[in-house]
Amino acid sequence: MSTSANPLPSQPVRRRFPKPDLPYRSQLIRQLILLFITFITLFPILWIVSLSIDPSGLARPTELRLIPPGASLDAYRRVMAQPTNNPITFAQLAFNSFKLAMGVSLFSVGIGVSAAYVFSRFKIRGQKFLMLAVLTVLMMPSIGSIAPLFVLLNKIQLGTGPGDTLRDSLYGVGLACISGGLPFAIWNLKGYLDTIPRDLEEAARIDGATINQTFLKIILPLATPALAVTAFLGFLSGWTEFALSWQFLTKAPNFTLSMALWNMTGQYSGQVPWSNFAAMALLVATPVSVVYLMLQKYIVSGLTIGSVK
Amino acid sequence: MATMTEQPTPRSGFANWWIRTSTTRIAWLYLLPAFLVMGMITFYPLFYQVWMSTTDYNIKNLRIDAVAPNPANLSEACTTNMKGECTWGRFDNYRQIFTGELPVAIANFSFWNVLAFDLVWTFTNVPFHVIIGVLIAVLLNTKGLWFKRFYRAIFVLPIVIPSLVVAVVWRNMFDPDYGSINQLLTSVSHLFGGSTVAARWLDQVNYPIAGIPLTLSYFALLIANIWLGWPFMTIVATGALQSIPGDLYEAASIDGATGRQQFFKITMPLLRPAIIPAAVLGMITTFNLFNLIYLLSGGGPLRRTEILVTTAYRLVNENRLYGVAAAFSVIIFFVLLILTLATNYVTKATERYDI
Repeated sequence: MSTSANPLPSQPVRRRFPKPDLPYRSQLIRQLILLFITFITLFPILWIVSLSIDPSGLARPTELRLIPPGASLDAYRRVMAQPTNNPITFAQLAFNSFKLAMGVSLFSVGIGVSAAYVFSRFKIRGQKFLMLAVLTVLMMPSIGSIAPLFVLLNKIQLGTGPGDTLRDSLYGVGLACISGGLPFAIWNLKGYLDTIPRDLEEAARIDGATINQTFLKIILPLATPALAVTAFLGFLSGWTEFALSWQFLTKAPNFTLSMALWNMTGQYSGQVPWSNFAAMALLVATPVSVVYLMLQKYIVSGLTIGSVK
Repeated sequence: MATMTEQPTPRSGFANWWIRTSTTRIAWLYLLPAFLVMGMITFYPLFYQVWMSTTDYNIKNLRIDAVAPNPANLSEACTTNMKGECTWGRFDNYRQIFTGELPVAIANFSFWNVLAFDLVWTFTNVPFHVIIGVLIAVLLNTKGLWFKRFYRAIFVLPIVIPSLVVAVVWRNMFDPDYGSINQLLTSVSHLFGGSTVAARWLDQVNYPIAGIPLTLSYFALLIANIWLGWPFMTIVATGALQSIPGDLYEAASIDGATGRQQFFKITMPLLRPAIIPAAVLGMITTFNLFNLIYLLSGGGPLRRTEILVTTAYRLVNENRLYGVAAAFSVIIFFVLLILTLATNYVTKATERYDI
């Protein structure tokens, strides 16, 4: 404690006024560090943006340029028309991904919220066991149950054709996604409902409201932010789902955006121009990223897993 | 009216019970949809998986009218035993996974290597995320810093981009000939008069650092995952930092505490309760980080960056060994259970930390 002679003893006194700026030297050092981090954070994003407007068709990028000479949106046009060798347009792929994501999101939240309500507010026999069951499933990644889901869904025939099974359809992938999404929705919503004060419900109960009324008229409106966030996260997981659809789906009309994206970069990429791949990556990422960015404030408060509440 | 209530009807026991349990009935009704669905698509497959893991479930058993699978490789397991007894019997899939003698020869398959790599992967990534994340949060929390909101908006970008896209973009960035990482390193190297960098990030087999058995693709994955992971910790730490009352720092500086002392005696202890659950969550996520590893390095080269979930996926996707894959998943489940219990124990122990 030899430093007890404080060099700036007047500082605490001046705190009623806006604090003076940082000394320029430390401001400069901090700005340099933060600019360096900004560069690292933005580098992959800027690279992919500059690739996507690179006009040089089949060629690979040979140097780093933010705006390549002759920049054009040709790659976007090509990707929109036909992203992969499969005869399927971007719009069809996007519609498949959208259906899958929407289904997973609405189904998980719609069914999950009533169970979350019970877990948060009631004490019934066997509740601990049921909550533990949900939590245990939550820990396991969805790929962990890919083998039984594949086998079981494969046994359900949809049409008359030999390969026309529930497994080889968007419904099958959706069910498999919900199998992982529903426990998450229950647990996340339960965490949020726990933070809603009980006084409101008790007051309503005294006024003669039934359980159904308190749930529908009080809990659901108050839980709207958490419902929206959980639904969005469910949507995101469906939109970017890769492993299950890559394993389950075999027919081109069912393919999703993430499968097409992997087709353009992975082991089957062959001669796909990198500008096409870059445009595709941006088209897949941008819509959900923008929504995520806008909802970010609510997501932090609506995401209760791992919180210390 | 009074006589009505005293009426001793034989149904009153039932009626009482009916009224008494009305809340419970509604509770169960509310639980029913979720548990019906989970029963069908979550719990039933999990139990089915345990049964599958004791069979030689294979591609030939897939069709609806196909033959049922046999109990796992019973005959072979028996012939290997000198006394003619079945030592493993129905658990032969598990034996095969642990010894690496799978029914289909898979090059470089070793459960123990995969498990070891997965643990190394988890325990090297999360500290980076936590340390970098907290340091940047503290840096950003400086009073009077310019462009704070700009930096906060930029730094959140790695979280909001889907991991699938992040993985495939980084895969191309690590391309030895056209990737931007080598191009960037080359420009830096030229600046200092060096030569062109052409590191084979994803398929160089030998170890870049002598004595550490980790390939260059591990470091490529590490770089990509640090880029991906630290902003989450920054967000968590920023939230916690903002809830620390400023009076504490003022009091400390009046008492003559230096900046470093304030960081270790005030900031760190008060960040702890927020950072530890986030780190545990990050550990479980990193341990199961399928998208990044499968789509970036593909587990290569020679399966040296394979983790448990990517291996389980390959057993289904490439090798079509459904029975073995089921056994593998059951093993993953127990590994995760141990990991969760262990971290739970550790964090409970640290929660008692008093400030």
